[in-house]
Amino acid sequence: MTAEPSHCASLPEGHVTHTRARNVKERLIETALFLAAFSAVATTVAIVAILLYEGWSFFQHVSLVEFLTHTQWTPLFEKAEYGVLPLIAGTFTISAIAVLVAIPLGLMVAIYLSEFASHRVRETVKPFLELLEGVPTIVYGYFALLFVTPLLQKIIPGLPGFNMLSPGIVIGIMITPYVASVSEDAMRAVPMAMREASYAMGATRFQTAMKVVLPAAISGVVAAFILGISRAVGETMVVAIAAGQQPNFTFDPREHAATITAYIVQVAMGDLPHGSIGYQSIFAVGLVLVVITLFFNVIGQYVRRRWREAY
Amino acid sequence: MDQPQRIVHEATGVTLDAPVKAQAKGFHFYYGAHHALKDLNMPVAEKRVTALIGPSGCGKSTFLRSFNRMHDLYPGNRYVGEIRLYPDDINLVSPEVDPIEIRMRVAMVFQKPNPFPKSIFDNVAYGLTVRGMKNRTEIADRVEAALKAAALWDEVKDRLDALGTSLSGGQQQRLCIARALAAEPEILLLDEPTSALDPIATASIEELVTELRDRVTILIVTHNMQQAARISDYTAFMYLGELVEFGPTDEIFVRPKKKQTEDYLTGRFG
Repeated sequence: MTAEPSHCASLPEGHVTHTRARNVKERLIETALFLAAFSAVATTVAIVAILLYEGWSFFQHVSLVEFLTHTQWTPLFEKAEYGVLPLIAGTFTISAIAVLVAIPLGLMVAIYLSEFASHRVRETVKPFLELLEGVPTIVYGYFALLFVTPLLQKIIPGLPGFNMLSPGIVIGIMITPYVASVSEDAMRAVPMAMREASYAMGATRFQTAMKVVLPAAISGVVAAFILGISRAVGETMVVAIAAGQQPNFTFDPREHAATITAYIVQVAMGDLPHGSIGYQSIFAVGLVLVVITLFFNVIGQYVRRRWREAY
Repeated sequence: MDQPQRIVHEATGVTLDAPVKAQAKGFHFYYGAHHALKDLNMPVAEKRVTALIGPSGCGKSTFLRSFNRMHDLYPGNRYVGEIRLYPDDINLVSPEVDPIEIRMRVAMVFQKPNPFPKSIFDNVAYGLTVRGMKNRTEIADRVEAALKAAALWDEVKDRLDALGTSLSGGQQQRLCIARALAAEPEILLLDEPTSALDPIATASIEELVTELRDRVTILIVTHNMQQAARISDYTAFMYLGELVEFGPTDEIFVRPKKKQTEDYLTGRFG
């Protein structure tokens, strides 16, 4: 109590101005932080705006009905057709294969690391997972084309060199560490008291993991799935290299196909004149990609809320 | 009423009015190199309430958690000696005994209510589903019986689908007791079950413990000496990992034999 007045008395005379200077500094910092946060929003808005603007020009030439219902996508041919369905089919098929690989595998890895592995095993495996996440996707692309495809050809006779199965599996492997790592974080965040309650009832480790920890962590685990699906849908290099680049309206994983992203890369690297319909078409399909990703995010939000087991 | 039994427990020389359900015999416990429990010898009488009291850090919770092998969940823990469980006469801390089997027979309620983030029904049914029970009607019957035994049925019977975590603290703790009771354990371990609760909820849990006395053997850790005096039949006073004194609760509280016990009970330390 006695120290305070003496401390006040020792303040410099101009301490009122000093306070004002501090307020200005605080305001500047706040503004800078706001701008940083705003840049994320602004970038998103700008991307959607450009997609809409260029896409709008595209739809001046091609009707929305043709775009959404025709089953041929041949913008680079003499007789151009603009039916986006083959690209969607390719994207869907490859993503579905990837998700079928990544979700079970990623979940098993997460359950093992979170509930079964000893501290030492976990500390050894985790860095490897993170390392795998950092491998450039082009490496996975060649891995698919030069290793997985020949392997699959031995199992499935007559499998063409370009097919959807191989890149699907490889993308699945590629996003597994991601799904595993995010799911594991969610599961580890479940309080130990939940596990103790389960073990005290005579539950095994596996029962505890499946009936208590996983449901309690479900919102984080579903978030991991959604992030994984979004990455599979948006993955470009692996499919551009290993699936062939010919749009093909089929869901047969043995067939070659092009995805939305593979098509964008093909056109963006070609020399189509700026402003041509072909050039504008990549913005139209880009818009489709954004809508698909948005759709999964909305589903993810819904599922998280529906299955939420808050602890 | 049965004739009151008179059984003399050899190691402590205390006369019990019920058969021995479990007993510690030369029991030690180590957290890594830390010798947390030293040479404990005491019985737990069947269908009686035994209280473990003592100052913080005396090892009473550590001792309680040995009865259902909770220490097995963490590396570096070690049991030495025996805790024998009757009538089988097995050493429940022996490495050859499956801890899961022990936990199915010895249930536990924790200090802080820890219902699962599931429905009230699923919380109580948990121990049954873990045991592989499939019959829906049987599960429903057992859940109802357990909720009634835990004096919670009337409050939750119309909302069994509501989340267990949506209940009040006292209700959550009674839900945890119901969860433990549904599996019909032989021993119920209560680890300071009222320390996180308000006085009214505490009173309802104490009343419940008294009612459950006829159904199940209860071992309770409490920080609250009045609580031990109110609800227990036998009391063990522990200090620095050792058992100082064990005896019928009224004798411990009225005529403690050891000076340390008396000093603790009269508030001279602890």
